[in-house]
Amino acid sequence: MPRRTMIEAIRDAMDVSMGRDNKVIVYGEDVGFFGGVFRATQGLQAKYGKSRCFDAPISESGIVGSAIGMAAYGLKPCVEVQFADYVYPAYDQIVSEAARLRYRSNGDFTCPIVVRMPTGGGIFGGQTHSQSPEALFTHVSGLKVIVPSNPHDAKGLLIAAIEDPDPVIFLEPKRLYNGPFDGHHDKPVTPWSKHELGEVADGHYTIPLGKAAIRRQGSAVTVLAYGTMVYVAQAAAEETGIDAEVIDLRTLLPLDLDTIVASVKKTGRCVVVHEATLTSGFGAELVSLVQENCFYHLEAPVARVAGWDTPYPHAQEWDYFPGPARVGRVLLETLEA
Amino acid sequence: MADAGMLRFHVPEPEVRPGGTPDFSNVTIPKAGSVPRPEIDVDPRTIRDMAFSIIRVLNRAGEAVGPWAGLLSDQELLEGLRHMMTLRTFDARMQMAQRQGKTSFYMQHLGEEAVSCAFRKALQPGDMNFPTYRQAGLLIADGYPMVSMMNQIYSNEADPLKGRQLPVMYSSKEHGFFSISGNLATQYIQAVGWAMASAISNDSRIAAAWIGDGSTAESDFHAALVFASTYKAPVVLNVVNNQWAISTFQGIARGGSGTFAARGLGFGIPSLRVDGNDYLAVHAVAKWAVERARANLGPTLVEYVTYRVGAHSTSDDPSAYRPKAESDAWPLGDPVIRLKNHLIQKGVWSEDRHTQAEAEILETVIAAQKEAEGHGTLHAGGKPSTRDMFEGVYAEMPPHLRRQRQQAGV
Repeated sequence: MPRRTMIEAIRDAMDVSMGRDNKVIVYGEDVGFFGGVFRATQGLQAKYGKSRCFDAPISESGIVGSAIGMAAYGLKPCVEVQFADYVYPAYDQIVSEAARLRYRSNGDFTCPIVVRMPTGGGIFGGQTHSQSPEALFTHVSGLKVIVPSNPHDAKGLLIAAIEDPDPVIFLEPKRLYNGPFDGHHDKPVTPWSKHELGEVADGHYTIPLGKAAIRRQGSAVTVLAYGTMVYVAQAAAEETGIDAEVIDLRTLLPLDLDTIVASVKKTGRCVVVHEATLTSGFGAELVSLVQENCFYHLEAPVARVAGWDTPYPHAQEWDYFPGPARVGRVLLETLEA
Repeated sequence: MADAGMLRFHVPEPEVRPGGTPDFSNVTIPKAGSVPRPEIDVDPRTIRDMAFSIIRVLNRAGEAVGPWAGLLSDQELLEGLRHMMTLRTFDARMQMAQRQGKTSFYMQHLGEEAVSCAFRKALQPGDMNFPTYRQAGLLIADGYPMVSMMNQIYSNEADPLKGRQLPVMYSSKEHGFFSISGNLATQYIQAVGWAMASAISNDSRIAAAWIGDGSTAESDFHAALVFASTYKAPVVLNVVNNQWAISTFQGIARGGSGTFAARGLGFGIPSLRVDGNDYLAVHAVAKWAVERARANLGPTLVEYVTYRVGAHSTSDDPSAYRPKAESDAWPLGDPVIRLKNHLIQKGVWSEDRHTQAEAEILETVIAAQKEAEGHGTLHAGGKPSTRDMFEGVYAEMPPHLRRQRQQAGV
């Protein structure tokens, strides 16, 4: 099977979707002729023409707002916000409009859009190129929220997102675009061509939304992670020798609660890991659901490892980013608790 | 150069406040028929002055004059009059229903009936409006059942929106009326996106965007103009300038730009101002803009100069911020009376027939109201089920919502 980077897989997903359905329209800032600042749309304009893939003005609310109108017309826009850090001008359109259109019109109008955006830190991106705003979307009824962690999933989930009848926020951890990253910034990064999840089938396939994947089987503790933190958690398990079960959530909303509950009931312990800031982060929802559903099976408090409650700093990148050492410490504490 | 002393902060004020004498002497009203009618493929740069004038057809004597006149038959005008009268009667009844506690909220169109009623007649089936909460004339003039509108207002068991929406937030794809949102201006850029989609699909349908004077200050107004201009989207960008955004006079949103139409000029969009209380002028300008869009000539911005005669909503009391008699002083008069006088002047209508029509319309509206109330009102009779509350969030109900529906006991 061909191996692809996550960028190539995402591009392939759009290519496949555009090839299958001429209602799929791709646009955003620098997305057309140039092929995107991360090359995610490279070649799509040349292949499908300017009506299907084009550059947009620098206006996030314009991009998402126009996509909602297109979706109401009957197209399937897959738009890009250049960095998740810049989605806020479109927040009104996403929360007040895209998420609620089906509900408020009783299905008279629907909004099958995908909003792609590079997310996450670990790249010296500073305050406005590193954020993980997923909790701002998981709190919104009517949205679906996806964070893939590898090329195989990224393609299958993005095709599923484009085909989904409801609005999807598709957060792409840019730290994973070219290879998996376990937080060891001092070591060379291995490219996706050396990783089995870099195997991306040609043509059309989907991965169902709302289904988690177990990345590492274990019996001592369940780690709930997504995006870059999946690799950090796996590294922490290997380095501490703790038999952790690492679950890659993949879809945050709707959440695969069954897989989570089955794992925690088996292990009796749970650690939640995310890059986003701690307070009111998505981890709080995960902890709450675990204690509601697994209380009598828990042998230790459910712990969280997250970004600190500060804006994402530049110089202190590795003091902020929850790396394998921090995750490993919390795993040990949870086992000893 | 002026003396650089202390800076002073500028906050615009309306000419008159409660207790004062209404004064519109600063509002320049061009003579009916005085503004030329350019070809639809006119170079926008040559008609910049149209953004600062007002296109008018009906003169003081009730005659239709000038190059924008003569597009509608007597029959069409009589139908237009009926639509406006129906909307006005509908408003009055629903306003009263709110006062009687049959619903929580209502918003009238008083004084603005011509804008949406006449615009609707310039569209073709399949075109899509992206209205605000004050364009119900689009539905009335398209024959959308009044009973359905009332069912929505009453949030009753027959409410097409299942009780999920605040009253007057209608939705009808079939009638080219996009779902209304409470969030102002969001629909403006969505309309442009819909129009872009129509062009991408090599369709022939066009979109109409709607916004009030106050909401032009929202950033989505700006986004819409950028996108419409950039992609030459087949959209008519309507600005209904009724002088008031709740308590805020239009100068707060307009600033020093002179007119709202002038906002379009910086985007290279042909921009016209029209007498919003002149049914014939509204229709003629709408038709011009719609034809431009359909001929792939791109967007047009139209400012409708009108006056919000009623309160902002049933939750508002305008006497707290503007003179009570201000609407009487409004120089563009009343759209219903002006069209009525025109039709009388033409000899196809009379005071008697008008009085008779008023009674007939009231009867029709009351009959619709009785039928709607048979399906329940907000606090009495049939209402949407609790199950409906959980439906339609997504195409398919996800597990967490199924659990919550169970918890709710339904």
